[in-house]
Amino acid sequence: MGGSLPAEEDVLSGNSSAEDKYKAWMRHRYNDCVECLSELLGHDSFRVKESSLCTLMKFVELEAECPLVAEQWKGSIAFPHHLLKVVVNGLIPIHEDASLLISRFQEYMEFDDVRYFVMKAVTESIGQVMQKTKERPLPFYQQNVFSLISSINMPNKERDMVKFMVKQDKREEWKVSKLQTHKQAFERMWLTFLKYQLPSGLYKKVLVILHDSILPHMNEPTLMIDFLTVAYGVGGAISLLALNGLFILIHQHNLEYPDFYKKLYSLLDPSIYHVKYRARFFHLADLFLSSSHLPAYLVAAFIKRLSRLALTAPPEALLMVIPFICNLFRRHPACKVLMHRPNGPQDLSEDPYIMEQEEPSESRALESSVWEIQSLQNHYHPDVAHAAAILKQSLSEIEDDISGLLELSASELFDKEIKKTSANVPLEFEQVRGLFGKKNDIFAEHFALD
Amino acid sequence: MGKAAKRKKKASTFSKAKGSAEPTIAMVKSNPFEVKVNRQKFNILGRKTKNDVGLPGVSRSKAIKKRTQTLLKEYKEKEKTNVFKDKRFGEYNTKISPEEKMIKRFTLERQQNYGKKNIYNLNEDEELTHFGQSLAEIEKLNDIIDSDSDTDERGALSAELTAAHFGGGGGLLRKKASSEQEDEEEEKPKSRKELIEELIAKSKQEKQERQSRRESALELTEKLDNDWKEIQTLMARKPPKSERKDKEPDEYDMIVRELGFEMKAKPSERMKTEEELAKEEEARLQKLEADRLRRMRGIDEQENKKKPSHVSADDLADGFILDKDDRRLLSYKDGKMNIENEEEQEEEEGEKEDNENEEGEEESATEDEEDVASDNHSDLESDLESEEEAAGNKEQKKQKTNENESQNVEELDPKMEAAKSELPYTFAVPESYEKFKSLLAGRTVEQQLIILERIQKCNHPSLAVGNKTKLEKLFGFLLEYIGELATLDLPELKTIDKLILPLYNLCQMFPEAASGNIKFVLRDAAHEMEEVIEVKGRATFPGLDTLIYLKITSLLFPTSDFWHPVVTPAFIYMSQLLTKCRITTLQDVIKGLFICSLLLEYVSLSKRFVPELINFLLGVLHISLPKQQAQGEFVSINELRNFYISVL
Repeated sequence: MGGSLPAEEDVLSGNSSAEDKYKAWMRHRYNDCVECLSELLGHDSFRVKESSLCTLMKFVELEAECPLVAEQWKGSIAFPHHLLKVVVNGLIPIHEDASLLISRFQEYMEFDDVRYFVMKAVTESIGQVMQKTKERPLPFYQQNVFSLISSINMPNKERDMVKFMVKQDKREEWKVSKLQTHKQAFERMWLTFLKYQLPSGLYKKVLVILHDSILPHMNEPTLMIDFLTVAYGVGGAISLLALNGLFILIHQHNLEYPDFYKKLYSLLDPSIYHVKYRARFFHLADLFLSSSHLPAYLVAAFIKRLSRLALTAPPEALLMVIPFICNLFRRHPACKVLMHRPNGPQDLSEDPYIMEQEEPSESRALESSVWEIQSLQNHYHPDVAHAAAILKQSLSEIEDDISGLLELSASELFDKEIKKTSANVPLEFEQVRGLFGKKNDIFAEHFALD
Repeated sequence: MGKAAKRKKKASTFSKAKGSAEPTIAMVKSNPFEVKVNRQKFNILGRKTKNDVGLPGVSRSKAIKKRTQTLLKEYKEKEKTNVFKDKRFGEYNTKISPEEKMIKRFTLERQQNYGKKNIYNLNEDEELTHFGQSLAEIEKLNDIIDSDSDTDERGALSAELTAAHFGGGGGLLRKKASSEQEDEEEEKPKSRKELIEELIAKSKQEKQERQSRRESALELTEKLDNDWKEIQTLMARKPPKSERKDKEPDEYDMIVRELGFEMKAKPSERMKTEEELAKEEEARLQKLEADRLRRMRGIDEQENKKKPSHVSADDLADGFILDKDDRRLLSYKDGKMNIENEEEQEEEEGEKEDNENEEGEEESATEDEEDVASDNHSDLESDLESEEEAAGNKEQKKQKTNENESQNVEELDPKMEAAKSELPYTFAVPESYEKFKSLLAGRTVEQQLIILERIQKCNHPSLAVGNKTKLEKLFGFLLEYIGELATLDLPELKTIDKLILPLYNLCQMFPEAASGNIKFVLRDAAHEMEEVIEVKGRATFPGLDTLIYLKITSLLFPTSDFWHPVVTPAFIYMSQLLTKCRITTLQDVIKGLFICSLLLEYVSLSKRFVPELINFLLGVLHISLPKQQAQGEFVSINELRNFYISVL
């Protein structure tokens, strides 16, 4: 064995020994077999795909044990990365969803060396595929790549890396056994992946896992700044999600983000109380606004905007945002002037606060009042009305803990109410006459029985 | 009998006792502490030593025994000569077994009591005697002699009389007889009979004399009276009272007496005038309204909880409230169920009939609506117009129907009678929903109502113990039935409309059960929605049944309360519907608007703020805009505020 494989015809026609000829022929048959198997990875039936995947991985394992190609220089460890690349390419097809096969592949990713070479292969593959398509997103391909790379479990310490497919003694010197190289490969893979435009669903998914499964495993997290800045500028839910990554960069990596609070302020729009990531956003907003060095006008602007938006919020969000606003008042006593203007404006036009103004300092929030919270005292939900009634009392010194309220859902509220038992059930005293037969029934005006 | 003889006898008995006590003595003798030895100073030959060894304890006890049996007995029987004889049958006869003894005694007792007139008189048959004469006979004599106590010689009884009274103290009688014999020896001594006859004759004579004297006295007084009357007429001009009395008393007195003795009617509350009744009703409503307002503000919720309402000791805790109007007594009249508030009901029926008429006439208008709905026109204007038309028509019809009302009531009566005649009068509460359904199946609406009413009456909680739970179940069945009617292809809304009334009544009777049932329905609906959201990501608007349930909730419970066990979950559920349901068809819009009006009705009294409602309306407006204009994702908050104010 040894050297690269010459072409089949050359060997057969050449004048090498019969044994060599046989070996070369066998190698070619093996290659054919691998080729067939890689084609079968795209088969319709999952069972076929699965068994061909397993067979290929078995080949990888065997090749790692007995390398087909001799060591190029002494001490280097050969890994059948060509074969693995074939497998990886099979795992991330361009036109179909291969998440099932990818989840089957998870067990092989436990091997540190396999993981490393998969990362490299993926990076290469992305470069090749995306170069060809030029800016046009490939939803299936990107989805597949994402499900493959998001499931990568990076080790935290070098000591944890003990599971290798290739069993060699001189492993310590092998660069694959270094965490640093893993991190590099990981970083390069993600950066290549994120370099290209993503579909918005995938965008959100990436941002959701960014802060706790990508950033910590990168050699230089600051490389993500560009990506996050762009995402923060997109607006809507994507901005909300980018906030988390930005926070880590600002907090741990000394990122200075210009007009961060202005941007945060502009993130507050009516959808803020309705989106899925509400809990996450308010958790971060609480962190950002916990600084006592913020100017009062800024906090007041936040308070005003949050309370203005609260007029359209569902009860579960209101139950969270009212204590949130109260906490802001506690941290920034200078804003309490808002609470101490009990008589709100007669008309919305008289409210000095300018909702449309994007610059918090220009919004004249400090001149206004929190009449919105006051009107929430008439909210139909008794708990919300109770919470809003806190304006009538003097604020306590201790901050409310809102962590338990962040994840409140409407169904939880409903269940809580329906489980309450009351010994005394008040009854309607007005005698009914029929379905719409009440006095001054609004229904009779709009609906008829038929 | 000599005492010596007695003593001998006793001694013999003692010796017998001694014999029986011998072993004990032997035992005592062996005990050195019981023995007293008399030491002999000198041994004298030929002398019998009798008392060398003594037993002081034994001899003392013997002596005491002897004393109690002789001296004590004598002392006790001192100066007593009577002897108590025990005549009980066979008391000391040991030969007869106790059972036999008892039987004998029992037969003896029965023999003794046989033929007695009075079982309580123990001495009836025993003849008591005095000096050999029956005491009963002497008593008879007494009666004759002592006929009149009004004798002149009271206290001083003649010798004969006393003799006769006390059986004649034999000696005395004999003495007298002997003295008489001495006086007139020829005369035969009078026999007892003769004596008595003489006595009788004497007393009779005396009696007669007394009577005649009394009569003469009476005559004299009468005469005197008459004379006095004559004089009186001369003295006073007034007619004598007696004459007046004789004529008049009849009618007047009788009436007076009658009235006097007649059962007096107790003072009762006077009948209330219409105005007062109206005032009372108003006061009641005011109180209820005040309660409602208090609950609406939700201020003293806590206080209320602390003070439980006063519960009477007679309270059956069946949730039956007296001051509500819904109670109906079960009574019969001419063999038919007598409905207490017939008038009221008839009115109601009449009104219902009116409604039906209205609906009948309205059909044309509403059909138009349906057409519009089915055409799926995107513009709502035509829809609105038709609605307005319908409203206008309704008003006109109301006037008409008011005029017709009285007629309708009259027309209805025979119908009702016919319907009633077909139905049985008593119904058991159905155990399951299937039974309940089969009970109502195939009946007209009126019949269904009657059936429900009768079920309620026949099973009123005050009639039997288990009725309460049964009727509570009935509420659930009725609710389910209404839901089923609403889910039909052609929802029977008119039937539902009428079934509301029994539902309301049941709810008034059993608030807890009713609230439990409705909460259950709401929870089911909400959980269903949750599941749909989990599966599809977005919910769809619920069916008509759920909407009807929500409407019913507003009819049964006060929606203005700050917190209410049923209404608050209903609120949350509706707000979730408005926020989480996707609008895909025009029908969805209508359902959403229905919920909006429901919410509006819920908060119409309490004037609460419902953001979801405004959001939904804005969303609907946004959808209804032509596409080119619909650029702003959200309508500005300014509009929202204005809208909010206008709603309030």
